Amino acid sequence: MELTLWTYEGPPHVGAMRIASSMKDIHYVLHAPQGDTYADLLFTMIERRGQRPPVTYTTFQARDLGGDTAELVKKNIKEAVERFKPKTLLVGESCTAELIQDQPGALAKGMGFDMPIVNLELPAYSKKENWGASETFYQLTRTLLKEKVSSSDKINPLRWRELGRRPKVNILGPSLLGFRCRDDVIEIQRILSEQGIDTNVVAPLGASPDDIERLIDAEINICLYQEIAEASCEWLKRNFGMEYTNTIPIGIKNTIEFINEVHKKLDLPLTNKEELENKSKLPWYSKSVDSNYLTGKRVFIFGDGTHAIAAAKIAKEELGFEVVGLGTYSREMARQVRATAKDLNVEALITNNYLEVEDAMKKAAPELVLGTQMERHSAKRLGIPCSVISTPMHVQDVPARYSPQMGWEGANVIFDDWVHPLMMGLEEHLIDMFKHDFEFVDGHQSHLGHTATNTNNILNSDEKKEKNSKEGIIWTESGRAELTKVPFFVRGKVKTNTEKYAILRGIPEISDETLYDAKAYFS
Amino acid sequence: MSKVEFNKETGPREVFCGLTSIVWLHRRMPDAFFLVVGSRTCAHLIQSAAGVMIFAEPRFGTAILEEKDLAGLADAHEELDRVVNDLIARRPEIKTLFLVGSCPSEVIKLDLATVAEKLNKRFLGQVRFVNYSGSGIETTFTQGEDGALKALIPLMESSNEQKLLLVGTLANNVEDRFKKIFRNLGISNIESFPPRQSTKLPKIGKNTKVLLTQPYLSDTVRDLKHRGCEIISAPFPLGIEGSTKWFLAAAKAFKIRELKVHEIITPLIKRAELALDSHKEILKGKRLFLLPESQLEISLARFLHNECEMDLIEVGTPYLNKDLMKEEINLLPDNTKIVEGQHVEKQLDRVRKSNPDLVVCGMGLANPLEAEGISTKWSIEMVFSPIHGIDQAADLAGLFSKPLKRNQILTSKTLVTH
Repeated sequence: MELTLWTYEGPPHVGAMRIASSMKDIHYVLHAPQGDTYADLLFTMIERRGQRPPVTYTTFQARDLGGDTAELVKKNIKEAVERFKPKTLLVGESCTAELIQDQPGALAKGMGFDMPIVNLELPAYSKKENWGASETFYQLTRTLLKEKVSSSDKINPLRWRELGRRPKVNILGPSLLGFRCRDDVIEIQRILSEQGIDTNVVAPLGASPDDIERLIDAEINICLYQEIAEASCEWLKRNFGMEYTNTIPIGIKNTIEFINEVHKKLDLPLTNKEELENKSKLPWYSKSVDSNYLTGKRVFIFGDGTHAIAAAKIAKEELGFEVVGLGTYSREMARQVRATAKDLNVEALITNNYLEVEDAMKKAAPELVLGTQMERHSAKRLGIPCSVISTPMHVQDVPARYSPQMGWEGANVIFDDWVHPLMMGLEEHLIDMFKHDFEFVDGHQSHLGHTATNTNNILNSDEKKEKNSKEGIIWTESGRAELTKVPFFVRGKVKTNTEKYAILRGIPEISDETLYDAKAYFS
Repeated sequence: MSKVEFNKETGPREVFCGLTSIVWLHRRMPDAFFLVVGSRTCAHLIQSAAGVMIFAEPRFGTAILEEKDLAGLADAHEELDRVVNDLIARRPEIKTLFLVGSCPSEVIKLDLATVAEKLNKRFLGQVRFVNYSGSGIETTFTQGEDGALKALIPLMESSNEQKLLLVGTLANNVEDRFKKIFRNLGISNIESFPPRQSTKLPKIGKNTKVLLTQPYLSDTVRDLKHRGCEIISAPFPLGIEGSTKWFLAAAKAFKIRELKVHEIITPLIKRAELALDSHKEILKGKRLFLLPESQLEISLARFLHNECEMDLIEVGTPYLNKDLMKEEINLLPDNTKIVEGQHVEKQLDRVRKSNPDLVVCGMGLANPLEAEGISTKWSIEMVFSPIHGIDQAADLAGLFSKPLKRNQILTSKTLVTH
């Protein structure tokens, strides 16, 4: 039993719903009690979908349990098929139905329908949403393509030459309730098209079962979100020899690497790196003098595996930030996140407990947080600027404007979204210069004024608490006075470092001199 | 009784389960914690229904059952013990801990009553444990509050003191208004259940007169009756008419002259009627379809027809307690079509066919209906907004007039929604 106050991921059947709702001509009969329909509102409210998810809930009640719930399943399947006429039917169960073992998938297969039926067995008590999405997409792909396995030769990625056409690829992984998937697909298709590559199928987002059957018309697969598509890509590779890409094109470096990976797999000539770099404004904006102040900004990153890893790379290599924390709730990607963290000299945080993330955030004393909607709330409490980079998300993270994360435009969006919460360079410089002016309000934070008071509150309350810390360190008058002269946005860091130094040296009382000693020690 | 048409329907439903009521119950009693014993689905449901928690640590959580808990029951009890210990160590300010049963805990027959009993002994004088079920296989949405209140009744001490007990969660400001009006009427001993502090439970007995503020408390009413309480029969205090009759019924039970009631509430009524006018102008003659969810549908239909002159196409309700709803049903216009239960697909067919001006429905259905050009009002807002009482009648009407008003401003009907 695990105490959970808030969860990053829903149950696995919500992952299955994401696949079903992303696609056309599919219906999902879910053996579930009253209440499980809450999941519909994730799609209709957060994504503002104008259609209901294509899901029929069998809605069994306590009084049905003594009787024949299997009949109820069959009745709902029959009605759903008649009403919605899907080309492929998904059948599965939510957590409670798993316990009563009606085996709805097997029941559906015995009902004599012509259409393919995918029996989804998603263990609700051990797996989570992204796994459920991945498994559903995999089972669907397998069901619709397994008959073509033996008859097909392995796909030669160079066959487009013989066929006398442009190379074709599939873009796999984008789904509803994924982070900016809708716009990422447009951006990636545009980039591929510029490189002379056509998109065969995008799936699951916007695809029909017919499209899934056409997947093997492409030469290779683009695995855009590993969380959703890796299992399917791997199966397609094993059974049809279709290669797939590993690079996630978020950030300039990764986008260039991605293009080169695709080119290599399709035997296209490699592209000119300089020309590509200029397709986004990020490299120049990052180099321009105003961005000098970004150097070494402390950033804390937490999100799904794909976005957290990409964010760490961009933060360090493309914006010149210092990554002071990196973590994910995607256990499936823990190994990769750990490897990335190791390169950055930080310890990876792998957890599904947002309070642990908040604690780590507090300890790392970052100047910017990149996280999910929950980290936005934690950061707000701590008075730290934050930008959302990953699901789970809020309705405001599904913007009306075009705002991908991937490709050139994605890099532009990232520069704006990450830098805007911070103070602009010139502004920061001026505030620092004039901070002793009598008109200067301590905690002034330009356009972000509202967060400043929070910063001070947090520091003040922390001070009160730590006065009698177990190390017994005391801040003297002179030490305190000097600390208030430190700009508020680094005060937390200076305070922590000074205390750390005091403990290290066994200094019981912190004076103004200790502050400077510590400053010299850590610089 | 008016000639109301009763229908029953079964099939797939689009409603919340009883766990959802934790969202307002935990706000009402800030010293209580609601621990759902369930699955990741339960945890995800509550956080989705509540939007995002903007406070550091919510006063509700889920003990998520894992595969190893399902293997043997003894294990699950021990595990729950461990989780509760951790929780109390972490939140020493908790005074009452509700162990809330869910669909999976009911199906595996996890005996939360026994667990609560054991924990009560161990934490005697520190934390009280009560249990109830908010499972979807037994409860719908607001019924969760019924379960929670019923679970508290055994903890309420007996007293033969004469008092008026308001039963059902109210917004604090509404509660204060009601108490002031009752005091003006001459009823001085007024208490609320649930109270604002879980430990300050009202004492009850044969001189307790219960006035319900919410229509979804069947089991609570039954147990209060068993404790000797007198249940005042009245419509619910939604709108001017409902609230007036509600005050009158309470006054009658306390032998207060009707004239006195009118004397005090007539100025309020005049003011409320004035405020209601602008909304009535928009709502008048508009056709209303209520899908079942909050259990407030019958009272809302009565208000929107009698006071706002809307036409009722169909009034859905998740379940119908004819006894509790007697006074409300009497006030409905003849030939009102009440449908108990739901077959969501068939009901939506009827919605489309009847071409309503406004549909009251759950959040999962609202945008899809809007995309079809049908204006909607989400029902969950009724349980979060202060809508009770004469002073709030115009605000209540406003919840329904706003989408119509907006629809008049935004005239485009064929929108691409994906």
